[in-house]
Amino acid sequence: MSNASMEALQPSLQPQPGAPDNWKRFFTFSTDHKVIGIQYIVTAFVFFLFAGLLAMVMRGELLTPEADLVDRTVYNGLFTMHGTLMLFMWTFPMLNGLANYLVPLMIGARDMAFPRLNAAAFWLVPVFGVILTASFFVPGGPSQSGWWAYPPVSLQNPTGNLINGQSLWILAVALSGISSIMGAVNIVTTIFRMRAPGMGWFKMPVFCWTVLAAQLIQLFGLPALTAGAVMLLFDLTVGTSFFNPELGGDPVLYQHFFWFYSHPAVYVIILPIFGVFSEIFPVYARKPLFGYPVVAVSSLVITGLSGIVWVHHMFASGTPGWMRMLFMFTTMTISIPTGIKVFAWVATVWGGKIRLNTPMLFALGGLIMWVFAGITGIMLASAPFDIHVNNTYFVVGHFHYVIYGAVVMGFYAAIYHWFPKMTGRMYYEGLGKLHFVLTFIGANLNFFPMHPAGLMGMPRRVASYDPEFAFWNVLASLGGFLLGVSTIPFLLNMLSSWARGPEAGDNPWRAIGLEWLVSSPPPHENFDEIPVVVSRPYGYGSDEPLIANASEKE
Amino acid sequence: MFYQRWFKQRWILVVIGLAIADTLLSIWIGQQSYRWLPPQASAESMLVDDLFCLMTTIGSLIFFGVVGTLIYSMIFQRAPKYDTSDGPPIEGNLKLEVIWTVVPSIVIVGVAFASYQTYDGMKILGDIGPKALGMATANAAPMTTEVVKTDPIEVRARQWAWEFYYPEQAVSSTELHLPVNQRANLKLSSEDVLHGFFVPAFRIKQDIIPGREIDFEFTPIREGRYRLRDSDYSGTYFAANQSVVVVESEADYQDWLAIAAAQSPTPAQNRAYREYQRSRQNPNGGGWATVEPAAPPVVNYASSDEESYE
Ligand code: HEM
Ligand SMILES: [Cu+2]
Repeated sequence: MSNASMEALQPSLQPQPGAPDNWKRFFTFSTDHKVIGIQYIVTAFVFFLFAGLLAMVMRGELLTPEADLVDRTVYNGLFTMHGTLMLFMWTFPMLNGLANYLVPLMIGARDMAFPRLNAAAFWLVPVFGVILTASFFVPGGPSQSGWWAYPPVSLQNPTGNLINGQSLWILAVALSGISSIMGAVNIVTTIFRMRAPGMGWFKMPVFCWTVLAAQLIQLFGLPALTAGAVMLLFDLTVGTSFFNPELGGDPVLYQHFFWFYSHPAVYVIILPIFGVFSEIFPVYARKPLFGYPVVAVSSLVITGLSGIVWVHHMFASGTPGWMRMLFMFTTMTISIPTGIKVFAWVATVWGGKIRLNTPMLFALGGLIMWVFAGITGIMLASAPFDIHVNNTYFVVGHFHYVIYGAVVMGFYAAIYHWFPKMTGRMYYEGLGKLHFVLTFIGANLNFFPMHPAGLMGMPRRVASYDPEFAFWNVLASLGGFLLGVSTIPFLLNMLSSWARGPEAGDNPWRAIGLEWLVSSPPPHENFDEIPVVVSRPYGYGSDEPLIANASEKE
Repeated sequence: MFYQRWFKQRWILVVIGLAIADTLLSIWIGQQSYRWLPPQASAESMLVDDLFCLMTTIGSLIFFGVVGTLIYSMIFQRAPKYDTSDGPPIEGNLKLEVIWTVVPSIVIVGVAFASYQTYDGMKILGDIGPKALGMATANAAPMTTEVVKTDPIEVRARQWAWEFYYPEQAVSSTELHLPVNQRANLKLSSEDVLHGFFVPAFRIKQDIIPGREIDFEFTPIREGRYRLRDSDYSGTYFAANQSVVVVESEADYQDWLAIAAAQSPTPAQNRAYREYQRSRQNPNGGGWATVEPAAPPVVNYASSDEESYE
């Protein structure tokens, strides 16, 4: 699209009644989806730093084979809280923040469908964040049963107290589930009901498709997790026997409840990142998203498949052979829609006019690490191989390539890409690139060595290990510390740019999309006049206008 | 035009050349994959390692193909500094999209099939199960060189010790002795929480579920001492809950059974128990509450936990 027509699309700056630079709004019960979006993102990032600090203590412990830096109980509490905080206080809130901020802008809505519900869902996040943090200070310390909380270990309560780390953990996870269901109802309704005129399904940006696909998973999966959590809480506190083998319960039943949600949950996490990739590659390669309709629909295919594969987390558990084989086959199919997306991104980038600025670097780095993770994922789907590496560091390496490599890198890509829109300011490119280099090296140095360690037979969740694993662990620890360092240029960049970065303008990337047609930061209700969409979302290289009413305004 | 045709042909040659290079590199990496794993000490390990080699080869092919393409773009397809024009408005290509759906699907079905064959050959839980599912179990020939049916050795897991009980000789031990080249039959049980029976050199693993007895089998094929680890997180001293498997000749095995049977039971060394006692004497270690470890097992044959393994 030529520059001239791009500029013609930009409405004149609106007066901004919401005074976006008034920082106090971020501490109130605001119902503006943009405020809530930033509240989510900032809250999540604080917990990311906290959980990252816990991880660095763990990496410190793993520098040497002996359990010497912290007590074993402390180590076990650390990895439990690290995993829990990273998932429930960082990834999920961060994704909800992005979805909150971007979806209404991208579909041409003035706000979410239920603004009060939206604010309520957000304010639950600090509540369960505080509960989880407080569990460090109750007698007996936080939960030490891992983020799966498998019984019977999670039912063993050495303090004998009713209020203990484990019961607080269950309470927090249940609240998190409620908050996520509230968010999911809101987002799904918004996407179904509030798209601007003309925005048919196949004119909707892929990010919105992926958010929809992800939130549908929350709606069907979370009830199972919540049911499992409530039964676990009853077993723990009032002595019921759903999962307690001493009283005739079945601990494997809990695993089914847990993974019926928690496998799909990994797709709740990755799908919106697929959306971020799909938004970013066209902008910085200046080409339309290759195979847009297929990329969009494959998100929903993944949603469907993600509901029938959970037993691949139980290949070495008390599952019979036929069940292992059945779920091996279903799991393998999920790599097909995923592969289609990867090839589509590569084809989007191929032959483009590529600009390697920070968002693009993070997106490309994230894609490369995702390809690696997808390949180890298929290996894990192969039951006979998984039996060797199940519960070893190989699995830990796999999912950190996904969750750090693709998801965290995707988050960073998104933050840099939409930072000018959110704040009206430009970040500093040099610091951004430094941040990328440190993150990319740190993540690979941290998580690659976990694969050989796992292949050699190093179990996960260990405070001490046999000396043969020391070499890979030292490398991983160095990578871990580097990742800690990598957040410094990011924080510096964000804080100083937000305070006094150069003015960004409404559309610094010359990107196509409704969010780029409004001022930066967008006015209180986003659109003065709701736009009428007439084209597909990624019209790079062609001269069609995105919306109809722009011409009238000229 | 002549030049154009020449250019196009050269382009195809370059692509073919790169594809061959990618294939050769991937085959080489696949061959390396055997060296990333512990020694092959069971019949199952040979099957699993071949499967891993296959998946590593295919995985490398995909990884270097995709990432190589991306890196080529990143280096050679950059926009010149002041060029603000767009790239070509290509929205898709049906032929290409069909290819990259169908070919990976075939590859995936192949990998799934090879995995099925491998699992079926291992038979660690006996046969795969309901034939009603219609799954063929053609190569049902057992891999053992000779089949000797004996009572299964009982594997008793607890927080945090392993105890092995040989019912025919009434021998208990804290290390697991097995005769080489014979199908090992184990009965896995747990007295408290989930544990996992994991011997990396055998490539086998099975969670142990309290309240159930799980029949588990495999065939050791190489004499030596191997690490046995608890693989399913079992609480405070989980990491210390390790033992050894000794694979020895039939004669040595019988000798060991006889010697063990002649010894009267004594308490074994136990790392979890020892560490726990030490932390009780020094309560300022900074730990949180823990489940108390079971007393060290009282057994006919107690191995010291400092002993070596491969
Ligand atoms: C090609 C797609 C993928 C396949 C085939 C796949 C396969 C698997 C399998 C079979 C396991 C279980 C391994 C074991 O515990 O023994 C696993 C673990 C895991 N995967 Fe993936 N995966 C894929 C993509 C993803 C994605 C997209 C995410 C997250 C965004 C993810 C996150 C995880 C996590 C968190 C675990 C470990 C859970 C835990 O044990 O704590 N994976 N994966
Ligand atoms: Cu999964």
